[in-house]
This record gives sequence, C-alpha cells and structure tokens, in this order.
Amino acid sequence: MPTLRVPTPLRAYTAGQSELALQGQTVAELMDDLLLQYPALKPHLVNDQGSLRPFVNLFLGEENVKDLQGLQTPLKTDDRVLLIPSIAGG
Amino acid sequence: MDMLTVSDIQVAAPAIGGLQAAVGNTPLLPLERIGADLPAGVQVFAKAEWFNPGGSIKDRPALSILRAALAEGALAGGKRLLDSTSGNMGISYATFGAALGVPVTLALPAIASPERISILRALGAELILTDPLEGSDGAILVARRLAAEHPERYYYARQYENPANWQAHYLTTGPEIVQQTGGCVTHFVAGLGTTGTLTGVGRYLKAYNPHIQLAAVQPDGPFHGLEGLKHLPTALKPGIFDETIPDRTLEVSTEEAYAMVRRLARQEGLFVGISAGAAAVAALKLAQELESGLVVTVFPDAGYKYLSDKDLWQAD
Repeated sequence: MPTLRVPTPLRAYTAGQSELALQGQTVAELMDDLLLQYPALKPHLVNDQGSLRPFVNLFLGEENVKDLQGLQTPLKTDDRVLLIPSIAGG
Repeated sequence: MDMLTVSDIQVAAPAIGGLQAAVGNTPLLPLERIGADLPAGVQVFAKAEWFNPGGSIKDRPALSILRAALAEGALAGGKRLLDSTSGNMGISYATFGAALGVPVTLALPAIASPERISILRALGAELILTDPLEGSDGAILVARRLAAEHPERYYYARQYENPANWQAHYLTTGPEIVQQTGGCVTHFVAGLGTTGTLTGVGRYLKAYNPHIQLAAVQPDGPFHGLEGLKHLPTALKPGIFDETIPDRTLEVSTEEAYAMVRRLARQEGLFVGISAGAAAVAALKLAQELESGLVVTVFPDAGYKYLSDKDLWQAD
C-alpha cells in the first residue's frame, strides 16, 4: 500500500501518527481513504465544495503532484506521498 | 520662458552610511481603492516594507541583531552567524552579513520556495535544508542542536528569543508610524511570525498613547498557507512574545489572504506577498467596525518570492 507522511501540525488529527498506510491507485483515491479514516482532517484539507484547499501540497518524491498529473497522478504500492506544510515564522 | 539654472535644481545629497542607512523610513501607503467602501472618517494605511534594501521588513531586526552581536564581540574569531529562518530573515542576515563581512549559516525547511533558496545562495549564505514535514519549528530545533554542538563555530542569533528583534521595531518602525500619521494612528494590525513587529511597534505605540489599539493576525488553523505567519496555539511560542500586548487577535483563512493578494495587485498596484494579504484582510475587517479611525498595518514583503506558487496568482 502507498504511504502518506503527515506533517507535525496535522498529527493531532491522526492519533499522533507520522506515516499512514492508505489505499489508492491515484493521489485522489489516497486522499479519499485518508479523509475516510481520519475525518477530523477534512476542514484542514478540503473546502466546502470538497476540493483540496489551494495551499495543500502533495509531493511524490521531489515532485509536487500539481506538476505531474495532479490528483490523477498514479501511485505504485511502494510510493510515499508527502503532505507538506507552508513555512511559518520569520 | 524662464530657464532653470543648475543652482535652481535641488539635487538630493548622495546617500551616506552605505546599505545600512537605507533600512527603514519606508513609505506609508493609503489603501484607497480597496478601502473605498469603508465608513467616512476611517482610513487604512500600510507600511511598504519591501522598500528595504533586502526586500522585506526583516532588514530591521536582522541589522539590529547583527549590530548587537558585533558590539558584544559575539562574532569575534570568525564565528558564523547561525539562525533558523523561513526565508526573509535569512535574506536580510545574508545581505548585511555580506556587507559587514560576517559569514552566515541558515537552517531552513527544504520546502522553502526556489526563489528564496536561489537568493540566499546568490548572497553566499551556507544553507542547511531541514525536513519539510517538520516546518519552521523543525528548522529551529536543527539550529538549536547545531549551536549546542559547535559553540566555537557559531554565534546563534535566535531571532525568536533575541530582544534586538523587537527593539528594532521599537526604535524605528514604531516612531516612523507615529511621525507619518502625524500622531493620529488609532489602531495597529500586524501578523505574528517571530512576533517582533507587534511586540516592538506595540510597546512603542502604547507608550506614545495607551489608547491605541493593537491587533495580532494569525492563521485560522494549524495547517495553512500563510507563509511567514504562525498559528501560535500549535507552534513553538517565540520567547520575545508578550501575550498581554495585543488587545485582540484576528484570524485569517488562507483563501481570504490569497484573494486579497490578487486584489492588492490588481486594484491598488501593490504586488505584495501572502502575509501582506493576510494583514490587509485583518486591517480591513477591523476598519469596517469603526466609525472613525486611522488603521496602520504592515506589508512585510513583495510578491516576487511567491511567483512559483501558481495557485496563488491564477485564480479569479
């Protein structure tokens, strides 16, 4: 199963877990499974229309999936997706 | 027709004092079109901090911290200035470090925008890229560890704890705001990053006139896209932050700030960064509540370093 690495600010909503094994053959399916298993993440990641909020950046290796095929980017079973927070502070 | 002679033309004196003398005294710009629907008697102004030579408000605290460290001899023996940064403070350290002959090492999250990393490398800073998942707090922890392991190599500048950070705003930004508003400022609104701006300007304004109201701006949740701003309830609390200073705290969503960044560019000709968008959202919300008043906020930087964020600019 592909895995998702969770940034520090969101671990409060994943029972403290930093890495989750999730179902999905695309990034969209991976995110669907994430929100099914951890619904408290929903307001942080998707808007009222169900779309990902604009600052949610998902990386596959070094590449932002926005620069690949977006949410339709296919995933292999051993892929590791990173959910990246923005940079705070000075 | 009268002809001008050379003696009639007022030529500005050449700048003296080098790059350091160009820090501060930034313009205070009215938000005229965007604030057109405000009640009569309410005005909103923004300090245009991208006019600083390093391109952001961070020139003020960086120069203040460097000067204090040099005065104390903390950089003697070729020590490197070390700190964590989200980008702008690092650019200011690198700018004035180069000008003063101080080598600079910076810990910053590897997710920092390519523009920031390129600027820092161009200025000759040594970069330690930290785990992007740990964000800015992760970079702070890496800098702390490096400083503890190599005290002979580094002077750890600690922008989140260093009083020279907020003092820069007490000594420059605060007095400029009072002078530029003729003493009529009634409200001050600033985003929270290191909290240096709100702490320093806030202390100065309260000393000048305790009736001036201070509003802090922070993201509306722990996971957000307001680069440079901290959600304090879930972040490492800056040592310089005095939570009794803000009279109130306004929360801004990333979507509101992104939309405001585009409005500021397209309706005011102000090409600013994301934290400026958040500051404008908060300042305008506050201004809408007033019957009269002069609201001042701070636009920390320009939009150049955010151009690679396609979602920011392409909507609408």
